[in-house]
Amino acid sequence: MSLNDQTSSSFLPMIKRSIIATIIAFFLFLPTLGIKTSASGGVDGLFLTYRWLLLGIGCGLIFVGRIAYELFWAPKEGGQKAEKAPSSLAKALGSAKVAKTIGPVLLGFAIIFPFLPFSDRYILDLGILIITYVMLGWGLQIVVGLAGLLDLGYVAFYAVGAYSYALLSIHFGFGFWMCLPLAGLLAATWGIILGFPVLRLRGDYLAIVTLAFGEIIRIVLLNWRSFTGGSNGLSDIPRPSFFGLPFNQSENGFAATLHLEYSSMHRIIFLYFLILALAVFTFFVTARLRRLPIGRAWEALREDEIACRSLGINTVNTKLSAFAIGAMFGGFAGSFFAAKQAFVSPESFNFMESATILAIVVLGGMSSQLGVVFSAIAMVGGVELLRQLQFLKVIFGNDFDPSQLRLLLFGLAMVLMMLWRPRGLVSTRMPTVFLKDKKTVSAAMISQGRG
Amino acid sequence: MSQPLLSVNQLTMRFGGLTAVDAVSFDVHRNHITAVIGPNGAGKTTAFNCITGFYKPTDGQIVLRHKDDNEFKLEEMEDFRISQHAKVARTFQNIRLFGGMTVLENLMIAQHNHLMKASAYTIGGIFNTPSYQRAQEAAKQKALAWMDRVGITDRADDPAAALPYGAQRKLEIARAMCTDPVLLCLDEPAAGLNPKESEELNALLRSIRDTNDVGILLIEHDMSVVMEISDHIIVLDYGRKISDGTATEVRNDPAVIKAYLGVVEE
Repeated sequence: MSLNDQTSSSFLPMIKRSIIATIIAFFLFLPTLGIKTSASGGVDGLFLTYRWLLLGIGCGLIFVGRIAYELFWAPKEGGQKAEKAPSSLAKALGSAKVAKTIGPVLLGFAIIFPFLPFSDRYILDLGILIITYVMLGWGLQIVVGLAGLLDLGYVAFYAVGAYSYALLSIHFGFGFWMCLPLAGLLAATWGIILGFPVLRLRGDYLAIVTLAFGEIIRIVLLNWRSFTGGSNGLSDIPRPSFFGLPFNQSENGFAATLHLEYSSMHRIIFLYFLILALAVFTFFVTARLRRLPIGRAWEALREDEIACRSLGINTVNTKLSAFAIGAMFGGFAGSFFAAKQAFVSPESFNFMESATILAIVVLGGMSSQLGVVFSAIAMVGGVELLRQLQFLKVIFGNDFDPSQLRLLLFGLAMVLMMLWRPRGLVSTRMPTVFLKDKKTVSAAMISQGRG
Repeated sequence: MSQPLLSVNQLTMRFGGLTAVDAVSFDVHRNHITAVIGPNGAGKTTAFNCITGFYKPTDGQIVLRHKDDNEFKLEEMEDFRISQHAKVARTFQNIRLFGGMTVLENLMIAQHNHLMKASAYTIGGIFNTPSYQRAQEAAKQKALAWMDRVGITDRADDPAAALPYGAQRKLEIARAMCTDPVLLCLDEPAAGLNPKESEELNALLRSIRDTNDVGILLIEHDMSVVMEISDHIIVLDYGRKISDGTATEVRNDPAVIKAYLGVVEE
């Protein structure tokens, strides 16, 4: 009596809910899937084509999906909705032991990666891109994750770093290793310049001002033509050399000196290891900073600013140092970016970049460096994966371009994360100092900061 | 009697038209527990916030004297500098701990300025210099000593937010003491404690007074705490000081009885 009865009694309401969902979906899909505007060659301009089949398929999927949701995933009615236990993967990533093993394994993989049989130029470029974002994520994590200051204009520091390298190397002939610390220093200076006006701002207001700051930098780069080349950007930026050996076919080039056959891959592999080294440097410095008094003060600032002041912590300096050091790593990454591309233009530093980096930090977890690695792989690698889905054209027709679904999937991933893991992939935090045993602090205890 | 540790002279704080504290003067002595009491809205917490720099007083002087005769004009100092240089520590009426950080971390943050110097403002810390390691270890030992003293050592590695209420109150006092204060200001330390915990708090405050060479200034509603441990009581009502003296003197002061119980019309 029990099970069957319950199933049949809940069957009708379930169908009802599914139909309601389908009706809502119908109205949502009608303008997006059902109607398409096409340009005609004639005087009419635009005309509408109706795609009833696609609309039907969409609504059908919603109907079936809703039933499947109710059957398999929906919380059982009446049952106390228990606090969701973190999934085993996330739990594993959060624990100290696993993090200690995964880290070196990932690093080892990253080191042998360029020599693996499938690593062609495209794959390596993708690797470089992912590691750049990992590095940027770790930099931004200081500001957003540790200090709890929402920064929507992080790309500005990336741009400062890139233009610093470009301008210094073009005008003064400085080499990469000379420019790198200078770019970091300049970005840190801009971090402090941004920091001053936003010291008293919190939450939404802080987000808006940092967002504006990011745009201001981009617009200045765009309009200060005599200095930055405007929208044409700066090209012919000297490429970094390997301890003075340039990567070219000349006699004193890298290949000739080491008696190797010249290959354009040498430079890519060199760039790959360069960004890997920079990222590893960022990792160790940020991990170390977190354990130092300054890092603890950043976290304390996120937890309670007034309590910080009552303990004699200069919150102004603490905030500025978070902005400056976060910006510095952005500057390093930017200067690598300029060296890699040999070309910079304001195009590369739009708000979308800031949003991507922030999304990497948020998805990864505010205080987990490992989480950032995985979310960067998912966010950057995932987008590239879409390009590989060309076989879907067989199903959806030749006009179908899977990479156009990028933003849609981006949004979907965000919504799913907010539902299942609102505090990111690794939401727990590891204490910076311990007496007997290191226990992770669960996300429920951790304040997200109001700034 | 020696020079008072803290002299508050004609302290006045106005918020627009409202005078929350009106020309209040009192002294706090080293190795004394001084309590500020008064009905709700009497201006106790406002006076407190002026002393600890969270408010800038409209008028009046607040002078803190160290043992080496250094004088600090607290009314001119920023809040964090009052803690850093003048060595005044405080707790809050609604507990303000770093909830997501462990008990030990909370106590380490209280030693921030000392550790910052030891880490050569982070540069030495990055390279983990021996002198920084020693300072870090010493800070840990000091934290441990205070955890032992307030009895929360077994929770050292738990997040502060996971502690029961009474333990959080104790942790906040321990954290304030880790800044090496000469004046400890407690804003309603017994609020929300059960009688047994109140008793423990009394013992803790007495032992801090007797062994740590600090003056304690506290705001309290719980009369069992105030009357039992205070060496000196100041009574405020409507922003004015209406009485000042020992527990017995204050208890028998007609002005105090009037403020608390009202006058019987005859």
